[in-house]
Amino acid sequence: MQGGAAGLAYRGRTASIGFAHGPFVRVDAGSGGERVAGTLVEEALALRNAIDTASGQIADLAASAGGEAAQILEFQVALLEDEDLIEAIFASIGEGSPADVAWRSTLDAHIADYNSAPDDYLKARSSDLADLRDRVMHILRGDQGPRLKIPSGGVVCADDLPPSRFLEIDWSGGGGLALLRGSPTSHVAMLARARGIPMVVQLGAIPDTGTTALLDGEGATLELDPSAEQVRVFEKRRDNHRKSRASARAILRRPTASWRGERIRLLINIQRVEDLEHADAQYADGIGLMRTEFLLSGRSDLPDEETQFQAYDAVLRWAGQRPVTIRTFDAGGDKPVPGFTLDGEPNPFLGVRGLRLCLARPEIFTIQLGALARAAVHGNLKVMFPMVTSADELEAGRKLFADVVQRLQADGIAAMLPELGIMVEVPAAALAVASFKASFFSIGSNDLAQYVLACDRSNGALAPLMDPLHPAVLELIARTADHGRRAAISVSLCGDMAGDPRCLPALLNCGLRELSVNASALAQIKQTIDRLSSGGGVG
Amino acid sequence: MLDKADGQIFTGDVRLVHAVGMHARPAVKLTKLAKKFQAQISVRVAGAPEWINAKSVAKIMAMRAAHGSTIEIKAAGSDAEAAVAALVDLIASDFPDGAP
Repeated sequence: MQGGAAGLAYRGRTASIGFAHGPFVRVDAGSGGERVAGTLVEEALALRNAIDTASGQIADLAASAGGEAAQILEFQVALLEDEDLIEAIFASIGEGSPADVAWRSTLDAHIADYNSAPDDYLKARSSDLADLRDRVMHILRGDQGPRLKIPSGGVVCADDLPPSRFLEIDWSGGGGLALLRGSPTSHVAMLARARGIPMVVQLGAIPDTGTTALLDGEGATLELDPSAEQVRVFEKRRDNHRKSRASARAILRRPTASWRGERIRLLINIQRVEDLEHADAQYADGIGLMRTEFLLSGRSDLPDEETQFQAYDAVLRWAGQRPVTIRTFDAGGDKPVPGFTLDGEPNPFLGVRGLRLCLARPEIFTIQLGALARAAVHGNLKVMFPMVTSADELEAGRKLFADVVQRLQADGIAAMLPELGIMVEVPAAALAVASFKASFFSIGSNDLAQYVLACDRSNGALAPLMDPLHPAVLELIARTADHGRRAAISVSLCGDMAGDPRCLPALLNCGLRELSVNASALAQIKQTIDRLSSGGGVG
Repeated sequence: MLDKADGQIFTGDVRLVHAVGMHARPAVKLTKLAKKFQAQISVRVAGAPEWINAKSVAKIMAMRAAHGSTIEIKAAGSDAEAAVAALVDLIASDFPDGAP
């Protein structure tokens, strides 16, 4: 693709979508000069003054930034007001440490503790601590002058960037952020998304020098010192993105999507309750897939019925009259859960996973079914089982569910059996779909394609073979949709294919009229259906 | 220790319903509220070996209380009873905006 004169291109992960073309600005957390320590009293006073100065600076930043940024900075202010934290540092100064050394080593210990956490959220918070650490260090070392002035519209490149530095940069002229490390769940990523600043993280090693940069937040690429041809292609992508985004937003607000006069239901997939906060989620016709594995992660024990009920109930309350399909635990395969999944299976993708595992561990499964039965009373709930091979499994799950409902009702607790359906992801289930007494089917195209094509979807070497549009995969999708149509049972598709505009014509031609996608893909998918409906291409 | 002087220790426990657990914003709100009371207030995730100072945001964050865990609260001091009630209420009502 690239000619000999082409600049260098790097790929990372998307943290915020958008495009930036401007001067390349490499920023580093400068460590500043050395400082000479004074007496114990002077050192304690120096730290006290530095903390007060930092507090004031952060308060000013928060006041001028407002909103979400102010809330993020509040955490840093709270840290400076944390007597336990601060007293330990003064104690260390009392024992003879210089102020900067005492401050730095205490903050570093906390940062290391956050970084060792198993959950990404706490890891991401360590950059807030690093931000605070560096701010106070700067003040202690006297580098209080204005920090590097960043030209408006520049592509700022740093190892990682703390939120307060982000807020000190003037983004009014556009620009973008390219981080060598960083995370899409960091506070700075939230700020970038809120401001519409393109941001790419985890770019790895890139040169320190460069004059001009092209940052594509959609394709997650950074191009340095691009050729004229690269610039031309980039500007074309940017232009397409702009046009497409504007019209997608307009189409998203229309009440329904339709194709050749038939209504297409567009639902969303959620991984956790907070996914409902996405601005586009409100335009969905319902929730086509709520995964429940998040309830199992980041904790030492398995969640009890009440914890689960709260999560399901929150989603049903959000949805109101709209349907909510919750999938029971899909653990096993590539999703091991300590205390639940089996260890040492030689081939976990063909092992005891999904409904197979739940039926093998009824003491865990019935707790989830109990929470679902209670939640069913409060909304339009449908429950589906994953990784079902034979009709007997569905019936075994139904029997267990009915027993749970009966027990709850006998105790005077409001509960009911919701509509029960299955994921169609095992080829045997797709081929024998008529044998299942299910109220609905949801095609899990990721696993279905992996099993039909005999390709591990995480194995990059097989990427060319892993084609969801392979005629064998489409044949099974069409058979399932056809059965649904004849038996008047709803059939939806909730895999990655549904969110991929290139797959849409095939899915609609297979007879699917219900698709479930991530909230972030909703606008684009609705727009693509609109285009196809009016005779246009995928776009 | 001075706990004889003020006498009684008040306790309470409450389920953490916040979707992401005890993270930055809830932790800031909890410590801000705790600081409004004179009482010495400690919290822990039910069954954890150590009690944690409810007025230290760094320690509350590091406690890593997950969604659905139970938080135990104990307080000693003149306004201990009100402190426990206020903190239980803050956590049970999912740290509403406008709370301290």
